[in-house]
Amino acid sequence: MATFFGEVLSVYSRAVEEDEDLEDENEEDQQIRKEMQQKREVHVEWCSEVTQSMENSTDKKLQCSDFVIAVGPNAAGFLSAYVLNSGNWAAVGSVSLWNERTRSSRPQFGVPPEGEPSCVIYRQSDCPSVLICQCTCYVAEDQLFQWTEKVFACIQQRGLNVLVLSDCSVAEYKTPDSLFNSGAPFLRALKSSRYGSQPLCPLLEQPNIVTGLAAAVLSHCQILRIPAILYQCYSDMVSPDSVTMEMYKPALTCLSKLVKLDSCPSTEILRKLVRVNEAQSNLYT
Amino acid sequence: MRARKERIYPNHACCVRWERGATRDRSDHFYLNMPRVGYLHTDCLIPMVGSNPYATSTDNSTELCTAAEVYSLPDLKLAVLQIRTPIIQTKQKQFRKLIISWIKSSGFTRSILLSSSHAYQRDDQQIHSSPLRYLLTPAMQRIACDVLKELEWKEMERVSMFPGISDTEQRLYIPGGGITKGLYTDCCHEDVPLAVVLTFCSEGDNIPDAFALINHLNDWLHLVASDKNESTKWRAPCSWRLLFGSGIPPALF
Repeated sequence: MATFFGEVLSVYSRAVEEDEDLEDENEEDQQIRKEMQQKREVHVEWCSEVTQSMENSTDKKLQCSDFVIAVGPNAAGFLSAYVLNSGNWAAVGSVSLWNERTRSSRPQFGVPPEGEPSCVIYRQSDCPSVLICQCTCYVAEDQLFQWTEKVFACIQQRGLNVLVLSDCSVAEYKTPDSLFNSGAPFLRALKSSRYGSQPLCPLLEQPNIVTGLAAAVLSHCQILRIPAILYQCYSDMVSPDSVTMEMYKPALTCLSKLVKLDSCPSTEILRKLVRVNEAQSNLYT
Repeated sequence: MRARKERIYPNHACCVRWERGATRDRSDHFYLNMPRVGYLHTDCLIPMVGSNPYATSTDNSTELCTAAEVYSLPDLKLAVLQIRTPIIQTKQKQFRKLIISWIKSSGFTRSILLSSSHAYQRDDQQIHSSPLRYLLTPAMQRIACDVLKELEWKEMERVSMFPGISDTEQRLYIPGGGITKGLYTDCCHEDVPLAVVLTFCSEGDNIPDAFALINHLNDWLHLVASDKNESTKWRAPCSWRLLFGSGIPPALF
């Protein structure tokens, strides 16, 4: 610190010590921390029909052959427009959580209103072996592990295949060439060691990594030896857009026998998915 | 924790750690072609996945790497735990307990923690000497103290609690070292033989720091022949590439 006369003095701040441990916390601090942890707990809820079928099964778990998880607005938007819109899909479960980015001050349970960030699980009545999870809410770093443990605890691991679709900004993609010529949007894949087929696009090159919910799910599958594949779409658009959504189409070809893909969704649905962002960019509209 | 322990040769545990932000995981990327034998699957770490950074052929390039993995080389009686992501702030204590219980249950005779500390926090004395330091728990002192004295290694200095006011109270201070201090203190209390080998380093490109640290460790453990050519002794993994981001658009020129 320089004083008024210019001489430099060394200053030690005792206000914060870096890497301060939580050892010295008193009872009140511990109580607050405990309450905070309880508030941040992840809850998985299922509809009565699913709960009933889980109760009736021998291992109290849901039978599932394919579990599709979409993380982010583009991946979730793709499923809304191309899959969930056709066929009789119904919301059968939801994952509720609260963190610093949640709009309400208290944890909210059940399926939130349309357009709100959420995490909802869908199933088809005529083909109940496929589950689709759309996650558009922010799952904090300390909640990722819990999210995967709790969701996968409800699902029978035997014969399960996992497909993760995830969004990412192209700004986070590292390549020796310029990003200018990257041809965004584009897909990259990562697979668990038990996944036997050939990915439909190149594998994600080092030194790129994946974090967040997609990473938590893939790590869980790798360690529990569940066949899983992640398709990450790198997009150069800030808001969800139909071109990026379309990129996920090939990823669902492996499920073509079980899931009907609407090859040409109506513009009305796509407009609805991107409308949220239109309201914000009102400078020239 | 799901490390397949039967394949870890219980002699050394080299808990390899390189802390904090831009002083990124570097030293632990040096590798000796060690096969992966297990994972550390815990809620204390932020999840991360990527392609195998140690791929040697097209076969193993498609393997997935996760947040913390265990590698082992029975010939060298060495196991390495590589932690690639930060520890969740509120779970640091839990994580330290997990590591110590793993060290104990695996029956490692000695454990080494590779770490770092902020270079800008050094005092005048520390600035003028080598940036490499070590710390030994009482249990480790019985095993390694003489060897390290012979090698003329420098022990990490204790700093004054109240600098400029009083020098009577001294404490161990490893800013930017993450769980290093906590793990060392816990190992002292639990009588676990642990050595901390650390270097002072700055933000930015830490590749030279990592080379310095691993060469320093090699002086003690002799993991590879010391007389080998410096450039061929260690192989840098592909995850070290593009440290400062993607290529520059040619249209700029």
